[in-house]
Amino acid sequence: MPEIKVTPLGAGQDVGRSCILVSIGGKNIMLDCGMHMGYNDDRRFPDFSYITQNGRLTDFLDCVIISHFHLDHCGALPYMSEMVGYDGPIYMTHPTKAICPILLEDFRKITVDKKGETNFFTSQMIKDCMKKVVPLNLHQTVQVDDELELKAYYAGHVLGAAMVLIKVGSESVVYTGDYNMTPDRHLGAAWIDKCRPDILISESTYATTIRDSKRCRERDFLKKVHESIERGGKVLIPVFALGRAQELCILLETFWERMNLKAPIYFSTGLTEKANHYYKLFITWTNQKIRKTFVQRNMFEFKHIKAFDRSYADNPGPMVVFATPGMLHAGQSLQIFKKWAGNEKNMVIMPGYCVQGTIGHKILNGQRKLEMEGRSTLDVKLQVEYMSFSAHADAKGIMQLIRMAEPRNMLLVHGEALKMEFLKGKIEQEFNIDCYMPANGETITVSTNPSVPVDISLNLLKREMALGGPLPDPKKPRTMHGTLIMKENVSLVSSEQALKELGLNEHQLRFTCRVQLQDPHSDLDTLHRIYTHLKSLLKGYTIQHVPDGTVMVESIVIKVSSSAEDPNNKVLLLSWSYQVEYSIITTIIPAMLNYLMSSPT
Amino acid sequence: MKLYCLSGHPTLPCNVLKFKSTTIMLDCALDTTSVLNYLPLPLVHSPRLSKLPGWISKDGTINLEKELKECAGRLFVDSQPEFCLPEKELLDLSTIDVILISNYHCMMALPYITEHTGFTGTVYATEPTLQIGRLLMEELVKFMERVPKAQSATCWKNKEIQRMLPGPLKDAVEVWTWKRCYSMQEVNSALSKVQLVGYSQKVELFGAVQISPLSSGYSLGSSNWIIQSHHEKVSYVSGSSLLTTHPQPMDQSSLKNSDVLILTGLTQMPTANPDGMLGEFCSNLAMTIRAGGNVLVPCYSSGVIYDLLECLYQFIDSANLGTTPFYFISPVANSSLEFSQIFAEWLCHNKQTKVYLPEPPFPHAELIQTNKLKHYPSIHGDFSSDFKQPCVVFTGHPSLRFGDVVHFMELWGKSNLNTIIFTEPDFSYLDALAPYQPLAMKCVYCPIDTRLNFHQVSKLLKEVQPLHVVCPDQYTQPPPSQSHRSDLMLELQPPPMPYRRCSVLNLPFRRCYERVYILPELANSLVPSELKPGVSVANVSAILHSKDNKHTLQVTAPAPPSKKRKRVVEEPPVGGAPKPLLSGAVPLEPFLATLQKHGITEVKVEETTDGHILHLQAEDTLIQLEEDGTHIVCDNNEPLR
Repeated sequence: MPEIKVTPLGAGQDVGRSCILVSIGGKNIMLDCGMHMGYNDDRRFPDFSYITQNGRLTDFLDCVIISHFHLDHCGALPYMSEMVGYDGPIYMTHPTKAICPILLEDFRKITVDKKGETNFFTSQMIKDCMKKVVPLNLHQTVQVDDELELKAYYAGHVLGAAMVLIKVGSESVVYTGDYNMTPDRHLGAAWIDKCRPDILISESTYATTIRDSKRCRERDFLKKVHESIERGGKVLIPVFALGRAQELCILLETFWERMNLKAPIYFSTGLTEKANHYYKLFITWTNQKIRKTFVQRNMFEFKHIKAFDRSYADNPGPMVVFATPGMLHAGQSLQIFKKWAGNEKNMVIMPGYCVQGTIGHKILNGQRKLEMEGRSTLDVKLQVEYMSFSAHADAKGIMQLIRMAEPRNMLLVHGEALKMEFLKGKIEQEFNIDCYMPANGETITVSTNPSVPVDISLNLLKREMALGGPLPDPKKPRTMHGTLIMKENVSLVSSEQALKELGLNEHQLRFTCRVQLQDPHSDLDTLHRIYTHLKSLLKGYTIQHVPDGTVMVESIVIKVSSSAEDPNNKVLLLSWSYQVEYSIITTIIPAMLNYLMSSPT
Repeated sequence: MKLYCLSGHPTLPCNVLKFKSTTIMLDCALDTTSVLNYLPLPLVHSPRLSKLPGWISKDGTINLEKELKECAGRLFVDSQPEFCLPEKELLDLSTIDVILISNYHCMMALPYITEHTGFTGTVYATEPTLQIGRLLMEELVKFMERVPKAQSATCWKNKEIQRMLPGPLKDAVEVWTWKRCYSMQEVNSALSKVQLVGYSQKVELFGAVQISPLSSGYSLGSSNWIIQSHHEKVSYVSGSSLLTTHPQPMDQSSLKNSDVLILTGLTQMPTANPDGMLGEFCSNLAMTIRAGGNVLVPCYSSGVIYDLLECLYQFIDSANLGTTPFYFISPVANSSLEFSQIFAEWLCHNKQTKVYLPEPPFPHAELIQTNKLKHYPSIHGDFSSDFKQPCVVFTGHPSLRFGDVVHFMELWGKSNLNTIIFTEPDFSYLDALAPYQPLAMKCVYCPIDTRLNFHQVSKLLKEVQPLHVVCPDQYTQPPPSQSHRSDLMLELQPPPMPYRRCSVLNLPFRRCYERVYILPELANSLVPSELKPGVSVANVSAILHSKDNKHTLQVTAPAPPSKKRKRVVEEPPVGGAPKPLLSGAVPLEPFLATLQKHGITEVKVEETTDGHILHLQAEDTLIQLEEDGTHIVCDNNEPLR
């Protein structure tokens, strides 16, 4: 029986370094190839030696698919393709293809130039890796080879995020990447059609959360920022350059405009300008409203938000600063945080999920004393606020997607084991399907049961459909007979046609049964009595009295003859062909005999 | 399978395909050449046009002074211009299930079809096609509504009168089907029925056929369509280009193995080379500006204009035109320029790479930024204060009958310093200019039509090898003006099936097979037997389920009552399992052996002409073995049966 195998190399009961291997219909596919934010050693990248111990991966993978540009989904890509070795196609959407190399280069700079690591991928490797990328358009059916096809759906998580349907024959898997089921200020909601995959591999970052309405969260956020500004505090919002940053910028920009606020908003330089430019050029990937109005007013041209310079951090007075990266694990956001942490008037708002091990994660867990590099400690006095603005589906959203796609099996990745456990129970209960949550390196095998497509001759089909009446009647199924001819292709034709095609003669098999009985009537009378009796007995069958002295029950022929010596001694001949349902005959004969024998002479 | 042809214009097609119980309209283009018979609609009062003499027949019996005006020896209808619609009477348009749009020029009749005909189906188009198509429709509506004309001339359409009229009016066809422009409300309603699709996206229609758009390389989002079922494939090729301009290159390989290929939208300028024309365009433009004249370029607001601007971007500095203002005037000029920049996915490779940098894919962004190119919604407002001469003006409509271009014709027509350069191939430039005669302005005709020419198309067809080709009648003979050029027509084997307006073609198709799915349970129960190497047969008895045009075969509910008992006794060695179909002949010797195995020994064999009769004496049973049949005669002997 055909099987689909799924093995996470990363993101199995974990968030970070997403990398999932799928074997389907003899094809091997790698879904995402990310890095882990919480580690700085080997565990940073997925363990590709699982695929092969020695040599390149090209022979073992048919394709690699990257769902979106976040580093925990694409950060290991140049390492995998250039340092481990993979030359096959890498699929991603246009915006991902555009933005991914920039984030990779940024990642490389921080790791190599700032931290001084060696044995890391180079700028040239990023370029070489991107040359292997084949762009995917939404809803386009991409044929990787003759059998393997891909189709991307809008996922809404960040610009260019996609869910992918992977199909081989009638078997299929959907991988969601990260997705968001509620539209926000700049992106639309994820959508998929009822594709009924064998397995739906879904992220489950917010497996147990059901978020309150977005309105409330936004109002809360604005209120907190506003209060802090009012009392002269500085607000730090650590973000990743692309994604939530734009969402929050739009939010603050409109708020500043409405409230006529004067406090400066800064965006840490570098990627900002460029990032906003991507949003302008890929405006078709944003939400309906922005797309509709972009000619008149482009939402990504901000009036109130200015570029940040390092020296501004020491300026007196209130300000709001967006700084990268988002989990306070390095870079500018961390520097500003260190500067501002000692003042309780200040505030840091964490707008998204923080991976274990990062400073962001620590302060969110209430840690007030942080050990910094070089044995120093940092007292955290400023207010720490958490606001879930990261665009992941919550439990409700995940259930909604399951309802949309109607998968036969469910598989959770990209989440914490405990939370997954809870969601798994809910899914199994509500949808009555199996739900898996493999750990890294653990393989899940799901057997599929595909139907066999064959070609039916139109004559046969039309004849059958005509016999079935104008409307199909589910209560009265009809049995169709045909012959399957298996040559290079498989076709189903009527038996007659099959014989003709194969050059064979039909062989008739007939049975005739002689029944002896005593009956004083004339042959014709006997026959007529049989006829009327059968007619009353066998309702729903065609019974005919043919003038040449036979009675036909469907195709069964009944004849009566009497012996020359004794006219009362009659011989009943029943003749039927092999195709006839035997049950009719076993009904007819005893019924007839009983009748004739018992009837008054 | 049938094809109903609702338009006779080869580049403005509208056909309806009936295929496997679906009714599919392929494009619904609007033939706007009819407006050439009308007087231009000036934006400001034109004394010249208003003073034109009316027309009275020579014998004075017909007086159409109000409707028809005479200008430079030609008659023009003085009325709101009207368009020639696709044929509406050939079939009931409310039965159309879907409309497939190939490019934004081929959807302009959409509101006429989707509104007021009872149409309830879906329109499929790519996103650029929808967005730019909307802009072009909006522009058309605005052009018309800006200069409302109360009069709608109909008297001249009277058959008796039209017969008496001179010149092109007399020969105008289908005049009663000509209609005024739709309203914006109708446009919005029509476009709300559009469902967006991406290239190579597979869309199922009622489970019966699958449609899929392919890149055609002609304009942003332009597509050819594949309409196929599991066993039949129709390709619809409309407006395709193999030249490298801004759109994504044409997808040719997916057209392979078509049973029927419907070919429309070849170049209207088979003898003009687009690159050469572009060069001529630039040199004429520079010459006029240097001489102190103005250049007028009548054009559509999207399409070739992007290429013209790109060409000028490279040309401006080398030709010393850095200070010359370029104006683009259209109600949708801004939108068109903005929209062109956001369709990265639909652009050629070079332009896509620019977006990754990120830079705008078209250089006209830079022309706008550096103030070399300015755009205005109309000549009124800001434009009148910014306007400096000499300058270059891009504006519509290319028919010269409405839009801002009319104003510039009146303004610049009298000076021979100025030049009008025609780049759009849709209208004969002499006809377009007719109501402005006499004209001092220079006229240059550089039609740029990037669509396939006959040479390219025959190469393409050789490659994709369709079984049959259907094309407009016009492509099966050389153009009337160049009747000796046999290279300007399609020559194919078998010859293409030509169509004209109102043709109904029976497409040569024999459908033999349909797809059914055998459910796994049933598939497992099948017992194939090999007849000869590589050929196996199995009998199938199953319940056929047909739902949404998908057929599946399921196992019959209970297994038929046991027949096994009888078979064990008497089954000849033709097939082991129960098998309602038998074939071949029963060989005598093995049969006897089998009978013996079952304990039947007393067999008397008698030869007959075509077989044997076996008499099983103990059982009083006769078995007749013949070439193509076996007949078993026995008593009412329950155990034996």
